[in-house]
Amino acid sequence: MSAVWVTVAAVGLATFAIRAAGPLLLAERTPPPRAQAALEHLAPALLAALVVTQALGGDNGGFSIDARLAGLAAGAAALLLRAPLLVVITVAAVTAALVRLVT
Amino acid sequence: MKRLTDTHPPGPGRPTYLDGVRAAAPIGVAALAFGVSFGVLARSAGMGRVAPILMSATTFAGSAQFAAVSILGAGGGLVTAIVAAVLLNLRYGPIGLSAATTFEGPWWWRVITAQLIVDESWAIAQRDDGRLDRHLLVGAGLLLLVCWTLGTAVGVFAGDLIADPESLGLDAAFPALFLALLWPQVRERSRLLAALGGAAIALALMPFTGPGIPIVAASLACLVGARRTP
Repeated sequence: MSAVWVTVAAVGLATFAIRAAGPLLLAERTPPPRAQAALEHLAPALLAALVVTQALGGDNGGFSIDARLAGLAAGAAALLLRAPLLVVITVAAVTAALVRLVT
Repeated sequence: MKRLTDTHPPGPGRPTYLDGVRAAAPIGVAALAFGVSFGVLARSAGMGRVAPILMSATTFAGSAQFAAVSILGAGGGLVTAIVAAVLLNLRYGPIGLSAATTFEGPWWWRVITAQLIVDESWAIAQRDDGRLDRHLLVGAGLLLLVCWTLGTAVGVFAGDLIADPESLGLDAAFPALFLALLWPQVRERSRLLAALGGAAIALALMPFTGPGIPIVAASLACLVGARRTP
């Protein structure tokens, strides 16, 4: 098997297992109240981490400050103005595209 | 998702699979465009035609696939490529935990539907109370899977038909999506603390670890929720 196919198989199987782990481990079991409370705080913690890494992350780790940040700022402004999701996303993309166009 | 559930009063009018498809449509456009650029990159990295399409349909994780293929294409070696991709996908451990109670049915069915978890489908399925809506997750996940795989096929067979997604600003759509879905959750003080903690952990680790680890570590911020229980 070539390196390509080994990579496709290994990454695919590992990702399958990682995705399956949570729903298998917590199956039909109600976690104790404190664990349940922690689980309900996973979403905001992870969403915030995704915002930060997607807006500032470089290709090979570290930071990369670029037009994404301007896009995110414009999206945040749209959010403050109570714009719907589609508008927020579009405003962010258009702003980043415009910044790239002029820089 | 706040604005979607607004139009569906709680109770009988719960979101359907189709609502998930609709909610994911704008981000599906971005997934399609990035799928094309993944297909082009994979082709130029010497992966052939079938492997990249199959990888998109099974691994279904953009950043990990880009990382693995870039490393292979640059002659970085098999093990490096696999390790980099798996590290990037480790975040689906905590993300899957937060979604675990959402799935229903026998264990094998939960395992299969869990494969539709990607950052974006999981984000779109957020309800304001910190739980997830299964219908939104499955509908959004299916649409994104189709867009991502179809885009990869277009890139592999037809090349760069679509403009570079970054010149269209599509990479800025993702952090904006996550922020918009985080927004309604942080009105509650303890969730705001979890979000600030998660962001701080990610920021602190980003300069020192490879990509992927900061997000996994940020999940520890959920422990602020365990502190304050009735």
